[in-house]
This record gives sequence, C-alpha cells and structure tokens, in this order.
Amino acid sequence: MTTVPYNPDYGRPARPTYLSIAYRVSSWLLTRDHKRIAILYMIAITLFFTVGGVAATIMRLSLMTPDGRLTLPETYNRLFTIHGVIMVWFFLIPSIPAVLGNFLVPLMIGARDMAFPRLNLASWYLFVFGGCFTISALVLGGVDTGWTFYTPFSSSFSNTHVVLTVAGIFIAGFSSILTGLNIIITVNKLRAPGMTWGRLPLFIWSNYATAVILVLATPVLAMTLALLCIDRVFHVGIFDPAKGGDPLLFQHLFWFYSHPAVYIMILPAMGVVSELIPCFSRHRVFGYYFVAGSSIAIAIVGFLVWGHHMFVAGMSVYGGMVFSFLSFLVAVPSAIKVFNWTATLYRGSISLKTPMLYALGFIGLFVMGGVTGLFLAAIAVDVHVTDTYFVVAHFHYIMVGGSVMAYLGGIHFWWPKITGKLYPEWAGRIAAGIIFLGFNLTFFPQYVLGYLGMPRRYHAYPEEFHFLNVLSTAGASILAVGYVLPLFYLLWSLRYGPDAGPNPWKAMGLEWTTSSPPPPQNFERTPIIREEAYAYDRMTPQGSDNTPIIPLPAAAGGARESGRPGSRPESSEWSDQ
Amino acid sequence: MAGSANPFRLLPDSASGIAPRVDALTGFLLLATGLVTLIVLVLIVTFVLKYRRRSEDEVPPATVSRVSLEIAWSAIPLGIFMLMFYWGAALYVDLRRPARGAMEINVTAKQWMWKLQHPGGQREINELHVPVGRPVKLVMISQDVIHSFFVPAFRIKQDVLPGSYTMQWFTATRAGEYHLFCAEYCGTMHSRMIGRVVAMEPAAYQAWLAGVTPDEPPAVSGARLFASLGCAQCHGQNGPTLAGVYGSTVALSDGSSVLADENYVRESIVNAPAKIVAGFPPVMPSYRGQLTDEQVEQLVAYVKSLGAAASPSATRPSPDAAVPVTRPVGAQPPDHRPDFPPARNATDYDRPAGSQPHP
Repeated sequence: MTTVPYNPDYGRPARPTYLSIAYRVSSWLLTRDHKRIAILYMIAITLFFTVGGVAATIMRLSLMTPDGRLTLPETYNRLFTIHGVIMVWFFLIPSIPAVLGNFLVPLMIGARDMAFPRLNLASWYLFVFGGCFTISALVLGGVDTGWTFYTPFSSSFSNTHVVLTVAGIFIAGFSSILTGLNIIITVNKLRAPGMTWGRLPLFIWSNYATAVILVLATPVLAMTLALLCIDRVFHVGIFDPAKGGDPLLFQHLFWFYSHPAVYIMILPAMGVVSELIPCFSRHRVFGYYFVAGSSIAIAIVGFLVWGHHMFVAGMSVYGGMVFSFLSFLVAVPSAIKVFNWTATLYRGSISLKTPMLYALGFIGLFVMGGVTGLFLAAIAVDVHVTDTYFVVAHFHYIMVGGSVMAYLGGIHFWWPKITGKLYPEWAGRIAAGIIFLGFNLTFFPQYVLGYLGMPRRYHAYPEEFHFLNVLSTAGASILAVGYVLPLFYLLWSLRYGPDAGPNPWKAMGLEWTTSSPPPPQNFERTPIIREEAYAYDRMTPQGSDNTPIIPLPAAAGGARESGRPGSRPESSEWSDQ
Repeated sequence: MAGSANPFRLLPDSASGIAPRVDALTGFLLLATGLVTLIVLVLIVTFVLKYRRRSEDEVPPATVSRVSLEIAWSAIPLGIFMLMFYWGAALYVDLRRPARGAMEINVTAKQWMWKLQHPGGQREINELHVPVGRPVKLVMISQDVIHSFFVPAFRIKQDVLPGSYTMQWFTATRAGEYHLFCAEYCGTMHSRMIGRVVAMEPAAYQAWLAGVTPDEPPAVSGARLFASLGCAQCHGQNGPTLAGVYGSTVALSDGSSVLADENYVRESIVNAPAKIVAGFPPVMPSYRGQLTDEQVEQLVAYVKSLGAAASPSATRPSPDAAVPVTRPVGAQPPDHRPDFPPARNATDYDRPAGSQPHP
C-alpha cells in the first residue's frame, strides 16, 4: 500500500453534514445536492410502493376464492393494472438508479455532485409530476388495460382513463432519460484523479450500463405511448385493424422498450450485489472485468430480444427462432455474474450481516428467476406457459426477488452512510428472513399454477387451482409483514440508533472514506485513487477505519496518476451558504 | 378431465400428440437447471459455513481470479443453452406446421365468447367437439380485441387477432373434457371467456355431429356471396382466376411473390390495392367496411374450397347454384404451413387462355 499522510479531519464530523447544513423545507425542495435528491426519491418511491403494494394485497385477497367474490371483475382489472404501472415505472425503474445511484455515484467516483445538479432536481420534479397524473387516473376511477396497454383494447375499446395514465408514464419517462444522462456524464467527466475505468466499483459499471439503456430505450416508449394517445383521441387507426392499422406494431414498439426496461431494473441490482458480496466476504470480487463486461453485454444484447414476449402473438416461425436464440444468448452474461459472485465467497471471510443476507437471498431468487427464463426462451415450452402464472412467477422472481431484495440490501448497507445511524442488526436479519420465506411461499406456487394452465389476469378461476392460490396468498401476507418491518426499525434508528461512524462494515470504497453522513461537498479534499476497487487483501488487521484511501490535501492535486480530470471544486452549491 | 379436483397435482392433463413432447423438453429443462441451481446453492452454503468470519479483524488471502474458469463457466452454459434452443425450436416447428389432412375449424373470438364452426357448418359456442386421433387446424380471427386460444391439456396457445387470421393445430389423443381459456387479457370479463374442448372417440364424434343441425357451410355461403357481389364478372374473365390460388405462390406486380394463405386471400378482399397480381391492373376496389367479418370469412372459405388447380372442379360449390356441398375428405386444401415455403411447387396460376390484361 502506498503511504499516505495522516489526515486529522478524517472521520470527524466537525463540519456540518449534508443533513444538518439547513433545515428549512425549501432547503430540501430546492436542493441541488445529489444526496438530498436521492432522499427525495426514496420518500417518493416508498409512497408509490405502498400504493402498488396495497393494490397487490387486495388482489391476492380476492384470489383467495375461485369466484373472486371480494372484488368485481372491473375492480380486479384496475387493481392489477395500477399495481403493474406503479411498480414498474414509479418504483422499480427509479429505485436503485435514482435513489442509491444518485446518492452513491458521485461518492464512489470521488466527485462533489452529479454533473448537472439542477437537471437532477428537475428530473425528480418530472417524476413526481408524472406520478400525480397516474395517481389522479387512479383516483378518478382507474384504468383497466394492464400495464402493457395492448392495442386495440387500449386504443379503441377500454373506456377508462388510459390517456391520463399514459401521460403520467410519458412525463416520468423524461425523468428517466435525464437521470440516465446525468449518470453517464458524471461517470465520464467527474472521476477523481486516479479513478480509472478499471478501478471503478462494479456498482458504477452496472449503473452506467443502465443509464445507457435509459437514454436509448425510454424515447421509444415515449413515442409509442404518444402514438397510442393519438390513436385513442383522434381515432387515426395506427393500431386499429378496422382502419388498416396493425395491433402487433404496438407490441413490437412497447417491448422494444419494455424488455430493456427489465434490465434497467435488474442491472443496478446486480451492481448492488457486486458491492455487498466483496464487503461481507472481505474479498476482491472474482473476475472483476468479466462482471463489469457482462453488464455491458447484457445492456447490448438486451436490446435484441424483445420478440420473446410475442412468440404466440402472431410472429413468423423464423422470427420466433431468432428471438429464442438471442434470448438464450443474453442468459450467458447473467450466469457469468452468478458464478463470479459464488467464487468470490471462496476462501473469503464471510459475515452474515443483514445486507449480506439480502445479497445471498438475491442470488438464490435471481437464479430461480433466471433459469425459469430459460423455460420461456425455449420456444415450444413458452407456447404453453406464456400468459400464465408461470410468467408472473418468473418476472416476480427477477423483479421482486432480484431487484427489490437488492434495493433493500443496498438500503441496509448504505443506511449508516446516508443517515449516520445504525439500525438494530437483529431486526434487520429477522426482516430479511421473513421476506425471503414469504416471497418463496407467494411466488413458487405460481410456477406450478402456470404450468397447470392458469392464465394470468384472471379475476376468477376454476376450482382446481384453489389450493395453490390460497398458498400464494398466505405467502403474500408474510411478505407484507417483511416489507413493513424495515419501515419501523429504520425510522426508529433515525432517532434512537447509535452513531455509525464513517465505516461500520470496514468496507472498501471511496464512499466509506468520508464521514457519515457525508459533508455537503462529499469530501473535504479531492481524493486521489491509488489502487483497484475491493482491495480487501490490503486491509490492515486493526480494521479499516484507517482506510487505505485517505483523502489528500487538494494542494497535492498535481499527483494525479492517470491524468483524469478532477471534480470541479467550484461547483458546490453550498459554497455560498 | 376439466375440473378434476386433486389440488396437489403438479402436471396438467396431457391429451394431444404434442403434449408429451413438450413435457419431455420441460423435464429436461427442469433437470438441467435444477442441477445448476443445486450446485450453486450447495457451493454458497458450503462457503458460508466453511469460510465464516472467525474474528472481526480477519483478513483472508487475496482473491485469485482465473480466466480459464471464466471461459469454462461461459462456454459450458452456452453449450447447454444451445441444446435447449435447438430442442425448443425443433419442437416449435412441429407445433406450428399442421399435419396433412387436418380438419379445419373456424374460430371467431369476441368479447367475451368463442364462436366455432365445423367444416360441415355445425356451430358451437364456448365448446368444441373434436374426434380423437384426427388433426384439427383452427383458423382464428377476432371481431374486436386480441384474444388467445389456450388449451392447457394440449399445450397449445395462439393469439387471435382482429383483422388477420392466425392458425394453430392439434391432434387430440385422449377422450375427455379439457379447459379452453382466453389467455390474452381482453377486458372486463376476460376470466369468463372460458369454455371446454370435448375430445371424443371417432364414433361418438360422428354421433354427436349427426345430432347437431348444421348451418350452411361457410364455403357455400361464400359461393352465394361471390355470385351476388358480382365478383365473377372479373374473376375468371379479365381478372385473376381464383381456382387453385389458395396455397399457391402468387407473383405480384412489384416483382415479389407471396404465399396465398388465408391472410393473403383476406387482404385481397378487404384491401385489394395492397398486393396486385402481376399482369393485372389495380382495378379491384377495397371492400373494407362493406362486408362483415363473417362475410369475409365465408368468401375466404369459398376461395379455399376452390382448392388447388389440380383438384377437379366437380367438388367445388357452384356460385350459380348454392348447393350445400361439404368438402370431400379426399380434396383437402394443400398443406398449409404458415411462414414456410409451400409444400409443393404450386406456381401454376391458371390465367384463362387468351385473356388480356387491361391496357
């Protein structure tokens, strides 16, 4: 390890933190600090998650009986639509990139803020504004098309609030684009001296790949939804065969966005797991370049597989085969990641703290969701199970078992950094266990239901599917408890939790070298990076409160190792306060 | 049987020729992926137990990454995936290519019911009776939104689109009653758009058929419509003759060619200018909006009944005298494979001798 001068400021919150520097409401609503914007996102998506979760709870209760007597068919259809719309666009897509990504990208690369702090705030307002549209559609009576808005049902037949809902998604899409743009430029331009691409944490790699997808795919969604609205309002007939339009065109355009959107949801989750596993096994991640490269490979090939959602939609046999082939191909980089994470554990020093439980849970559930994706890519099996509960189970394993587990793992891991407080470890472990059990009980029976032939989006179903549905609902109630618990103990920790100190996990990574919570400018001095990420083998036995990467005085800026441009020291929004 | 009550079953009924083959592929997938999942699980549990942190300040030896391992665990899954791909795709071809001599059933979907018509004109609603052992091809169209015809016991599913035909086929192998579900969300009563498929022994099927008063077969209605609309004033005179068109490859005026399947015939009626037969002027008007979906379907059925050029004209319903003639078993339409090259080289597009294209 390179010798670095002792830094007396290190780990001592002598100066105000980003939380304590100002308390007025306007200091939050007009903030340009990426850390505060991340918290604004966290609050917003937690509210949206609650709405989506309540919809899911009512659905599962209604499915307790084969005749679905708890809800009317109209109500049930509105519930699964709003559940899908909210969870996909207003929770999962912004969850990791906009909350953890916003908070961590500048901290992990040694920058003072995102490249465009005002744009960052604007994207939060767009997100909330879009959300208001969609929620108002819900309040005014809902929408019953399913989150996929298939034409011509959505364009010519449904008499619910399609345009209002779609307008909300359209607006929120701009928030996605701006966040993606911000992440790309921040990573390209604002890396601290010495932070080469090969030294970037894997969380940055995966968020970078995600940001590229956000920027490239979201405009296609915006265009598609705009066409849908034009068709619905002006009766142009773009997607209406009665007027010479093509209903399948909508599906092609929609999935051209929505399949990459799956990777928008899972890639950042993989990034989180790639941080948690090295930390709690005190091991540099196995095959760093393969894990990083597989993120990029997924982002590229992910654009070429949308047709696997349409194997029975009226696609040609040859078209189906090409999409099936590419879908198998995109599974390889995911497999590479899983094997590398597993290999990272080998000869490590493994500690089963709460974030690690989430990370291991993620691997288990992601593997089960991933391998069932192979069933869906095998085109003859897909014909039988597509549009059944098998698909529902598959994508919940990926999106809830994968993304939500990783999001919660990330929140628990970086909570001490974000708030400066520790939550009770026992409570965290219990909640993680409950979520894992409840999740499997909820969704595993749905694989069986799907292969037995129960179609999705059914308000009522034949008697023979009753038992497995009861099992699934029982699991959902356990899962709900698991999701509510962290809300309590995390909020509790804000007031009563012990101080975390700068690095409670003895983790490597630039974000752990600054105080918790970090100062408004993130680092007292521009850090200089001298080694690769996850250098756990160089950890001193005394613990890593003396982290090897100690910020150097700004005057030493001449000691850049790779000629990278440093962060802009003059760009702090707090400098005038 | 539909509604069999065992709540602990893990596999649905298997009652079609393709079903056991789909289950075999599923079994292989389950075995291969189950094994990999188990290996990963065992490794994780072993590592977590064996390498658990024994003291807070423990610093383990450095990770040693190996490129050879990376290549191995990229290449081996890729190989297994390619095997899965090949198996799934090969089976899919059989799933999509109807067997020769399949009995054709017309399926019309609408919110929220299934209307079915047998070749002899017998109509059914939300119920389909089929004989065991005989291939059945479903020619499906929707009158409103997208639906999907799903019979779990047969392992078949195909979306039903408005404005164009989709096809699927099956051979029932076991007598019984099976679920018919709409699998594509289609509005309020989507979950009530269900019915049953009744597979019967051939004798029982014949008895059932005899007990149903048939409607006029669609091809016969189509023949009458063909006459009353005056189609024959051009077709067979100055326009392209329709005998033998269905299933043939038609040369178009832009130099391309197209397989004349149900969708081509339909498009040529509702949107004639879209594809002009080579050597003919684009004079036929579009009939979109002037004919109901059912009438278009009858016309398509009539054109199909004109069969291949080789089949004798005696089996065709005459446009002049609308005598109910069902298609004899021997005169099946040519083997239709959606998106596949036609089974035979049917370029014999019989333009009447001496007829001149319009100047």
